[in-house]
Amino acid sequence: MENKIKKILVLGSGALKIGEAGEFDYSGSQALKALREEGIQTILLNPNIATVQTSEGIADKIYFLPVNVYFAEQVIKKEKPDGILLSFGGQTALNCGIELYKNKVLQKYNVEVLGTPVQSVIDTEDRQLFVNKLAEINIKVPRSIAVTNIEDAEKAAQSLGFPIIIRSAFTLGGQGSGFCSSMDELKPAVQKAFSFSNQILVEESLKGWKEIEYEVVRDKYDNCITVCNMENFDPLGIHTGESIVVAPSQTLTNREYYKLRELSIKVIRHIGIVGECNIQYALDPQSEDYRVIEVNARLSRSSALASKATGYPLAFVAAKLALGYGLYELKNSVTKTTTACFEPALDYIVCKIPRWDLNKFIGVSKELGSSMKSVGEVMAIGRSFEEVIQKGLRMIGEGMHGFTGNSDLEFEDIDEALTHPTDTRIFAIAAALEKGYSIDRIHELTRIDKWFLVKLKNIIEVKNELSTYDTIDYLPRELFRKAKETGFSDFQIARFVLKSPKEKIEEDLLEVREKRKLINLVPYIKQIDTLAGEYPAITNYLYLTYNGTEHDIKAEKDRKSVLVFGSGAYRIGSSVEFDWCCVNSLNAIKESGYRSVMINYNPETVSTDYDICDRLYFDELSFERVMDIIDFENPKGVIVSMGGQIPNILAMRLHKQNVNILGTSPVSIDNAEDRYKFSMMLDKLGIDQPVWKELTDSSDIFNFVDKVGFPLLIRPSYVLSGASMNVVSNQHELEHFLSLAIKVSKQYPVVVSEFIVNAKEIEMDAVACNGEVIAYAMSEHIEFAGVHSGDATMVFPAQKIYFETIRRIKKITRQVAKELNISGPFNIQFLARDNKIKVIECNLRASRSFPFVSKVLKVNLIHLATRVMLGEKVAPPEKSSFELDYVGIKAPQFSFSRLHKADPVLGVDMASTGEVGCIGEDFYETLLKSMLSVGYTIPEKNILLSTGPIESKAELLDSIRLLVKNNFTIYATKGTKDFLEKNGITSIFLHWPDDERKPNTLDYIKERKIDLVINIPKDMTKQELANDYLIRRSSIDFNIPLITNTRLAKAFIMAFCLIMKEDISIKSWDEY
Amino acid sequence: MQFVNNIKLLLEDGTEFQGKSFGFKKSVSGEVVFNTAMTGYPENLTDPSYKGQILVATYPLIGNYGVPEYSRENNLLKFFESENIHVSGLIIADYSFEYSHWNSYKSLATWLTENKIPGIYNIDTRALTKILREKGTMLGKIIFNDNDVPDYNPNNDNLVAQVSLSEKRIYGKGKYKVMLIDCGVKNNIIRCLLARDTTVIRVPWNYNISGEEYDGLLLSNGPGDPKKYTETIENIKKAFVIGKPVFGICLGNQLMALASGADTYKLKYGHRSHNQPVLKIGTNRCYITSQNHGFATDVSTLTNEWEPLFINVNDNTNEGIRHKTKPFFSSQFHPEASSGPTDTEFLFDEFIELIKQWKTK
Repeated sequence: MENKIKKILVLGSGALKIGEAGEFDYSGSQALKALREEGIQTILLNPNIATVQTSEGIADKIYFLPVNVYFAEQVIKKEKPDGILLSFGGQTALNCGIELYKNKVLQKYNVEVLGTPVQSVIDTEDRQLFVNKLAEINIKVPRSIAVTNIEDAEKAAQSLGFPIIIRSAFTLGGQGSGFCSSMDELKPAVQKAFSFSNQILVEESLKGWKEIEYEVVRDKYDNCITVCNMENFDPLGIHTGESIVVAPSQTLTNREYYKLRELSIKVIRHIGIVGECNIQYALDPQSEDYRVIEVNARLSRSSALASKATGYPLAFVAAKLALGYGLYELKNSVTKTTTACFEPALDYIVCKIPRWDLNKFIGVSKELGSSMKSVGEVMAIGRSFEEVIQKGLRMIGEGMHGFTGNSDLEFEDIDEALTHPTDTRIFAIAAALEKGYSIDRIHELTRIDKWFLVKLKNIIEVKNELSTYDTIDYLPRELFRKAKETGFSDFQIARFVLKSPKEKIEEDLLEVREKRKLINLVPYIKQIDTLAGEYPAITNYLYLTYNGTEHDIKAEKDRKSVLVFGSGAYRIGSSVEFDWCCVNSLNAIKESGYRSVMINYNPETVSTDYDICDRLYFDELSFERVMDIIDFENPKGVIVSMGGQIPNILAMRLHKQNVNILGTSPVSIDNAEDRYKFSMMLDKLGIDQPVWKELTDSSDIFNFVDKVGFPLLIRPSYVLSGASMNVVSNQHELEHFLSLAIKVSKQYPVVVSEFIVNAKEIEMDAVACNGEVIAYAMSEHIEFAGVHSGDATMVFPAQKIYFETIRRIKKITRQVAKELNISGPFNIQFLARDNKIKVIECNLRASRSFPFVSKVLKVNLIHLATRVMLGEKVAPPEKSSFELDYVGIKAPQFSFSRLHKADPVLGVDMASTGEVGCIGEDFYETLLKSMLSVGYTIPEKNILLSTGPIESKAELLDSIRLLVKNNFTIYATKGTKDFLEKNGITSIFLHWPDDERKPNTLDYIKERKIDLVINIPKDMTKQELANDYLIRRSSIDFNIPLITNTRLAKAFIMAFCLIMKEDISIKSWDEY
Repeated sequence: MQFVNNIKLLLEDGTEFQGKSFGFKKSVSGEVVFNTAMTGYPENLTDPSYKGQILVATYPLIGNYGVPEYSRENNLLKFFESENIHVSGLIIADYSFEYSHWNSYKSLATWLTENKIPGIYNIDTRALTKILREKGTMLGKIIFNDNDVPDYNPNNDNLVAQVSLSEKRIYGKGKYKVMLIDCGVKNNIIRCLLARDTTVIRVPWNYNISGEEYDGLLLSNGPGDPKKYTETIENIKKAFVIGKPVFGICLGNQLMALASGADTYKLKYGHRSHNQPVLKIGTNRCYITSQNHGFATDVSTLTNEWEPLFINVNDNTNEGIRHKTKPFFSSQFHPEASSGPTDTEFLFDEFIELIKQWKTK
């Protein structure tokens, strides 16, 4: 194919955030792969250092810089690409691209937009243009009126009639949208929507209609295909990112399916898409009437899902089409013989379920609606709806065992839980069915199609039948099989048949497993081949089902496969960084001559691309399922240390079944995970740790308080991202917290420890071989300990710690590695104050920061660790962090704007949804880059300060002087104003939010007169809390940068006072 | 819970699949074929091209939206492709005993039972499909309660005679008179014609068209081996002499090829799906088509006056031919869709356009 394009810039999506997550690592990686195959030089702009796409060998040059118009222009100026791809980095890249186009930057540097023309993108993004465009071809859209002020919004609402929906244009996945059923609800909703965009839409509400999506592809010859359609289990009204979704659609007749398909193609042609787009419909459940809800003229979360659901590599194909290929000129990458110009035929059903982490946030509303709050998703594959929904609900990973059998869930008001959907509505349906609600009644309350409800009822019926038996021996094979076909796990069967008490369930589910295998009731492995078996396909994309009678593949009997367990659903504390670890581990396994086998079920990942490994099992990471796969594969061994905590906690259970866990012994893993054992070990080694106590009853803890005093840190023993970990500073908080904490983990008790203030937190990421450390990376947090390590701003190499501290930390690391005989990756977190070092946590697995330190150090620690685990002799890398003449900083990305009402304050529990990592010449330049990359802006003029307790007031004094010196205007609340005055600094006084008087902080925030808010939380009195909360929350709601940590505030102020944006170096990764 | 285990599928090669019954309780014999469509069982089961065949649905969840009412429009059943179910049996993986749709009237099970058609569920239809793919379409039997039935090869029969209508029938009052040779026509072909200002004169498969007044001739789809229908082929030869526009669909395409002097052959396992990519030769346009056929035109045997019009991009089989100078053309796929994608409905427009041109000549 002739092509004048030699060099292409690809825009990435930056940090993972709600509404824009791992799916864009997948789509970007695929696009880059497609370009590279053509011999095109690729430049990637993406500060997300934990992604696979920002790894060596994917793009030719990588810029860890913010994805915005300023930095994109700088990169274009330097690299002079011929073309640019805008549609592989989500809304962030698309918005950046539109701006580059509007500012004529692309024109100026003669950069061609490949794929869908920018004007087509604008036609889909600007609501009014979009509506006009569709009206030209008589396509129906919801009746909608675009307005630019509140008065017009009110008029529009009156003319349409309530209920209505408010949306803002140009935003990520429904940000700033909401339902209103009355004029009272209208005003606040409109105000909020205007804070995201100066154009908003008032629309007719189609609540209760079916929500259907199509993924459509078009090439330059006008050939069109729809790769997949999907149906939302939850009817319209709940954002598709918040909905349970099945593919293909289940309740549409052929007429409906092909009518909407035909409309999709009509729309995509008229808009002029070249590449991929997503189109969402509302379909009347009582007729064939429809509305087009929206068109996303780019790769999206849905397209990632569609790719995984069908095996059709949408992003890869879209990139090729952007280069000018015709669809029929490309091959189907699964069959390798047939064409890419076809529509996959599925012979299975998939079900996507969102993963929320709403419990991590204080004050957040749990009700689901038209804007997205979920942080991740899972996809279950099977051959019946019952099977996939039960699989999927287990995959979500919040301790659920399926649709039924979740003893901890109770609903006070089932009707309410059905009518007002929250993250647990599916379980409210289970509760309703158990209580004998009719299908009609549940349908009435939820508007969920009865087809889905009947299927759910089938599950309850099987459960009831199982419950009539007491032993597995008497369980009829037919019913046993039926239970497995409807997705019951061995755990559920143990619970219903054996009525196992909690302490015995482990043992009992093994009995179920044994008896099940005895009667040869095992799952079958099926291939996803895109053509429903019509053509032979040697595909390695696999799932397991009980709705079958034969395997599609043969077991290799050479014991040369190595299994890597993935990280499951992205959630707070575990996301793309573990996917990077898995992918790199798979690469190392392949390079070492073994067959790489992946198990994971997250459709947003690169690790679930079937070309990344020799075999991909897209299935559960439950003990039962991985044992099924191990029974079949009979592997050389399994790697549990790459996918975060989910695989890690399986280690001991697999070990007990004689599974060969590669690397560090599961006994050692257990010794590190179990705080009691770990603490004993530290004592033995003479390593200091904060005073702690294992809590079994409350009198113990009060004795402990008497001895140690407040503040205290409380947490359960097996944790990730600090789930239900918290600091309590008084008796009342303590009592309240204990009642919550115990609910989280039943098998392990709660631990209370002394909380050390003003201590530095230092992290050691390392690889050891037979107990000898062979490589390490030491980083420090900018914030003092107390901010969760996942929310902290991390500097590597550590810049500001004493040599003595470094020496001691290295020594402790070596001692721990030796004692636990570590072989593989591990991470230790330390507290350091005045050269006194305490160990606070140790994980014998890859940590969140492995990709960051690996990329800054340019030594792939995962590659090294994997080779160690495979038993290879590995030489320590020659490089050490002391030789680096640059700095890396990892900064967290928060998604508070998505989480309505959540308090954007940081604590020991993790709240960030993503991160970036930037590299720079020195600390301040790098910090500025990384802060800009997570959405901070350099303030122009006005800064609002309320600097909390006296210590932080004092600590910030010099920084505030620096601000004044640099001509910033300081606004301050009462205490801060007084303090500044005493110290000779003039500031403008603003009243607290709860004070009616003007000038008021809230008005200034709402009117966006403030460019930066620094709010340091003070104490826990109710009034103080309410005021601080209002300032913080409205900063988020009105999109004003907010800092709540003294140390970070100081560093940021210093950075933007010292360095101008223009001084920031534009250097690619390889230039450091 | 329904556990009816006394039903099985027995293939010609001896393979057995044990399942559960959800249709009429009887044994039948026929040719076993698979279809990879994910929607459209009411349309597919009433497609006369399935005459004599036991249909395997590779999509596992069937029956979800029930079966619509037998309402009529233009004297045709509105939601079906003919008056009857034509498959001999239906084999699926997961049957939805409860259905849900505003337009549904009864369950698939009830409909099958009323029409005395057996249905089996709980079959690994993927495993079954792989056998048919590897070994080719084969004969088989659904055996209920161990009541064996004799083998039956539908390809030995004149299936078209069984599904064609018995006497001429006229639909619509449009401007253009289309003579439709019914070899087992799908209703949607008639609907597509009626939507284009036509009068459709539907005649039996062996109807002698000489002397009949018409503007264009449509050769419909239908079941079986095209070579069996020599009477129709002879009639088509006569139509070629008359020279008015001729449009052949599916079996009609094969009959047209045979009438032109070319040969046809049986495919290993046929094309039955909604996702067959078809390239219009000499262009960059590739269409996604709905197909249901077991035979194809051998393009190497085309005479000089004819040329291939469409080609299947997956396996390079012929998907339609046209006469180099005269207004005769055909498609192996189904431009009328129903079920399946509607991308190629424009072929009916092209047919009408040829009629217009012919009339103005």
